Amino acid sequence: MATEESTGLVFHPMDQFIVRPLFGDGPVHWYTPSNVTLWLALAVLAVWLLFVVGTSGRALIPSRIQSMAELTYGMVHKMIEDVSGKEGLRYFPYVFTLFCFILFANMLGLLPKSFTTTSHIAVTGVLALLVFLGVTILGFVRNGAHFLGLFWVSSAPLALRPVLAVIEVISYFVRPVSHSIRLAGNLLAGHAVIKVFAAFAAITVIAPISILAIVGMFAFEIMVAVIQAYVFTILTCVYLKDALHPAH
Amino acid sequence: MFSLLQQTAPAAVDQTIIMVPADQTAEVVVAETETIVVTGTDAAADAAASAVGMPQLDFATFGNQIFWLVVALAAIYLILSRVALPRIGRILGDRQGLMTADLAAAEDFKRKAREAEAAYDRALAEARAEAGKIVAANKAEIDAELKAAIAHADAEIAARTAESERRIGEIRESAATDARNVAREVAAELVSTFGGKPDSGAIDAAVDSRIKGAVQ
Repeated sequence: MATEESTGLVFHPMDQFIVRPLFGDGPVHWYTPSNVTLWLALAVLAVWLLFVVGTSGRALIPSRIQSMAELTYGMVHKMIEDVSGKEGLRYFPYVFTLFCFILFANMLGLLPKSFTTTSHIAVTGVLALLVFLGVTILGFVRNGAHFLGLFWVSSAPLALRPVLAVIEVISYFVRPVSHSIRLAGNLLAGHAVIKVFAAFAAITVIAPISILAIVGMFAFEIMVAVIQAYVFTILTCVYLKDALHPAH
Repeated sequence: MFSLLQQTAPAAVDQTIIMVPADQTAEVVVAETETIVVTGTDAAADAAASAVGMPQLDFATFGNQIFWLVVALAAIYLILSRVALPRIGRILGDRQGLMTADLAAAEDFKRKAREAEAAYDRALAEARAEAGKIVAANKAEIDAELKAAIAHADAEIAARTAESERRIGEIRESAATDARNVAREVAAELVSTFGGKPDSGAIDAAVDSRIKGAVQ
């Protein structure tokens, strides 16, 4: 059960994920400004602060913030170039948008009392579907029917190829699922665990351990926030590579 | 268990939920009007009311999330692609260009320095050769002058020596003549003093023979 009255412990690890209207108490329509809206807007603001305000000096010798913006740019740029090849650089703005959004949403979600937009399957699902549809359409537009060669493992023995093709097709369509659930699941689990530890802090005897555990978990969650943004982006680059060069 | 509560919770928002003892099957009675029958603790009541189980699976909020997500992504995309990325790209390009130019300039300076060093070395070698030549020329000149001077000095010395020998000869000659004369006079005086008659011929012969022996 979720609660235990006898020990005074109250567990609401999932309450932090509830979508609420920002103003008033009414129902959440599609256009209602909600806490999702607020934290998405803050992510946009953070992106704007780092990449527009931070680089407004256009300094030859960068300031610290400009340096961070440049390093992020350089990292994603190099990632696309390494993974997807030179042609992939045409899609750099899209990939960079994904990376920045996920990174900032993850990091903002770590603020106490905040709302983690990327812990919602609705959000990560849309992100993953955008990548999936974008890459699939791009693959067919650029390569036509040759894109189907992605599923035909020409290096395997002929007898095995149909079997492998079925497996390849299944794995291709599972991509958006794993892509989105990986991100949402990681964040959801970490945040819920922190909440559970926080509830234990109500008991005096356990409180120090609980607080230490929260500190440890929080550090771990910072790592997860960055790594998941990185993983999502690099997988996007891998899928992009498949669309650009479908041959096995 | 969570999911059970989730299903019922949205329906029971405005109503009180009453449950039988916590670990038994929850018997949730939702009255259409507002009366609720309660048995057992209401421990789980606020859990059911506040936690919607997995808010991630509350499809009612999907439209809201997706709409605002698309708006946010569009905003981020516009900010990045219109302003930030071209700007950062330009900054990095400028820096790269400047660094390349600086490196090229440094390479140029290095080359110039090497050329200057070579020119200096060449000039130094030339100056050394020139100096050597001048030294050799001067040496030859000085040698010639020195030889000339030595020859001149030798001639002078020889002339002087000859002159000196001549004069020594003259002096010796005159000294011998004087000595003969003195000897003759002294001999004539001596002869006359002893009462003899000085015979000049005899005296001359005697003196000459004596002097010959002495002077020779």
